[in-house]
Amino acid sequence: MPVTAGRLSARGAPPRRRLLDRLMTRPGIVPVLGLVVVVVLFGVRVPGLLSADGLAGVLDAAALLGIGGVAVGLLLAGGHFDLSIGTLAVSTAVLTGVLAGPGEWGTWSALGVSLAAALGVGLLNGWLVVRTGLPSFLVTLATALVLQGVTLAGMPLLAGAPRVSGLDEAPGWGAAAALFGSTAEVGGGVFPVALLWWAALTAGAGWLLWRTRFGNQVLAMGGARRAARELGVPVARTTLTLYALTAAAAWLIGTLTLVPVASVAATPALATAIDFVVVAVIGGCLITGGHGSMAGAATGALLYAVARRGVELSGWDPRWSQALLGVLLLVALVVGGGVRGRLRAAPRS
Amino acid sequence: MSAVPPVLELRGLTVRFGSVAALHRVGVTLDGGRITCVLGENGSGKSTLVSVLSGLTPHDEGELLLDGAPVRFGSPRAARAAGIATVWQDLAVVPLLSVWRNLVLGAEPTRGRWPLRRLDVDAARETAVRALERVGVTGVDPDQPTNSLRPGERQSLAIARALHFGARALVLDEPTAPMTIAQQTIVGQAVLRARAEGLAVVLVTHNPRYAHLVGDRYLLLARGQVAGDLTRADVDSDDLTRLMAGGEELTALTARLRELHPELGER
Repeated sequence: MPVTAGRLSARGAPPRRRLLDRLMTRPGIVPVLGLVVVVVLFGVRVPGLLSADGLAGVLDAAALLGIGGVAVGLLLAGGHFDLSIGTLAVSTAVLTGVLAGPGEWGTWSALGVSLAAALGVGLLNGWLVVRTGLPSFLVTLATALVLQGVTLAGMPLLAGAPRVSGLDEAPGWGAAAALFGSTAEVGGGVFPVALLWWAALTAGAGWLLWRTRFGNQVLAMGGARRAARELGVPVARTTLTLYALTAAAAWLIGTLTLVPVASVAATPALATAIDFVVVAVIGGCLITGGHGSMAGAATGALLYAVARRGVELSGWDPRWSQALLGVLLLVALVVGGGVRGRLRAAPRS
Repeated sequence: MSAVPPVLELRGLTVRFGSVAALHRVGVTLDGGRITCVLGENGSGKSTLVSVLSGLTPHDEGELLLDGAPVRFGSPRAARAAGIATVWQDLAVVPLLSVWRNLVLGAEPTRGRWPLRRLDVDAARETAVRALERVGVTGVDPDQPTNSLRPGERQSLAIARALHFGARALVLDEPTAPMTIAQQTIVGQAVLRARAEGLAVVLVTHNPRYAHLVGDRYLLLARGQVAGDLTRADVDSDDLTRLMAGGEELTALTARLRELHPELGER
């Protein structure tokens, strides 16, 4: 009886071991420890990283990663996966740019249409996953490839060039720039408004996952789909909602990238989706579903950004940061696997 | 016909999966305060019957009547709202979620207005503790993850949930794996309590001796059809064991019984 044995040993174990066990049962501990490690490591090597300016650079990178990480984390908690979110972010930004620039639409109608298009793609993803029952990894890889091809090939056809700039001349740009592109200077560092979006989304998604009926059903669906269905959880509707939310996050990322520079280029972005998954998994979202931490995903984004900026500022080849993240991802996956077993000891409501 | 309609009644109920009829023209009445044991081999339609009663699978033909009125459940949620709760074969427990989250899953209490409608966590915790106490489980922390429970406690959780939400009928699908005496006792106590409270109880079991011990009626299924509908007075536990072993013997016995007891004919 492994369960009984586990209980007995948990009770009889020496205090040090129990402390470690209890730490490990909190998936949120991994990104926090990792963050401390990279901050100490790079803070010593590159003191500029911790100045207001350096911090602004880190947070700028972390905000967009964090928004994607939170969205993907929510999806992972529900037992699904989305490889198309990075590509969708670029595609929606390109659509906004083409409509507002060469299309000469107003800024807000361009943004509205691209949001509607993003939601359409999200619902299509969800519908395909529900309908075919195929792994969402494969389904969304297919959508990502289609989106990327259409965007890269289609943009020059529509706009005459792979880049659209000077969008700030579109009508209604001012309000959009205030909402998605404004900055605040604090102590010599320029902080983007994306940080507020990121913080609001992290708080909102955490509340949605752990404090609403929808969230409970997402967790149940990710943890035991058959049980969820037997208890009347609307599995199809919940899946569609999750994909729509992810698509909306992709639109937000695209918009937050486009508005500050008033220009957009069609670039391949398939790998960005992997970044989001890395961020969410490092943050303690189980890749197998059923558990997720939004604050953890945000910490994961911060960790990722510190590592990337740290490697850049150290004067190392920036590609080293990928190797570092790979190692972090592996650690997070292994700990996540352990968490499934160890969660039994830790109360988590 | 008595004045009070049965809690549940199936009339000529057929369920098809593709061209295969998993249930074919099944008719049975399930009265309140009685335990109906459903017996049959694997693939005889027991699980489909559970699935229809609990709202997971819609029926293709025939009628499902609740208190004499035809109903059609769109989802297990609808069936549960109508007072039919199920203890699933796999218990339908989500291991990583806490006890209270599992207990209210699919019927979570909420407070506040949309878009700020949120889980009423305190009410859910209290519901969980009360529902578990009702089946004799005390001292469980509702915030504990379910996979920290002992197997018997997990079973009690599934039963507590069903008894909490099932006001009219309790459907219990026993696991195919043999249960320990302790687990069997938990199930036995639950069905007897539900009977005493006047619920219509449907117990899908693989153990004929046990069925004879607690059951009032026995519905024998073979290849999706009713092969026998017997009362406790008709059979002893040896008969049930024999009947489960062979379908033909069963059909013959039912026919003979119907000859001897014409009042059985309309069942």
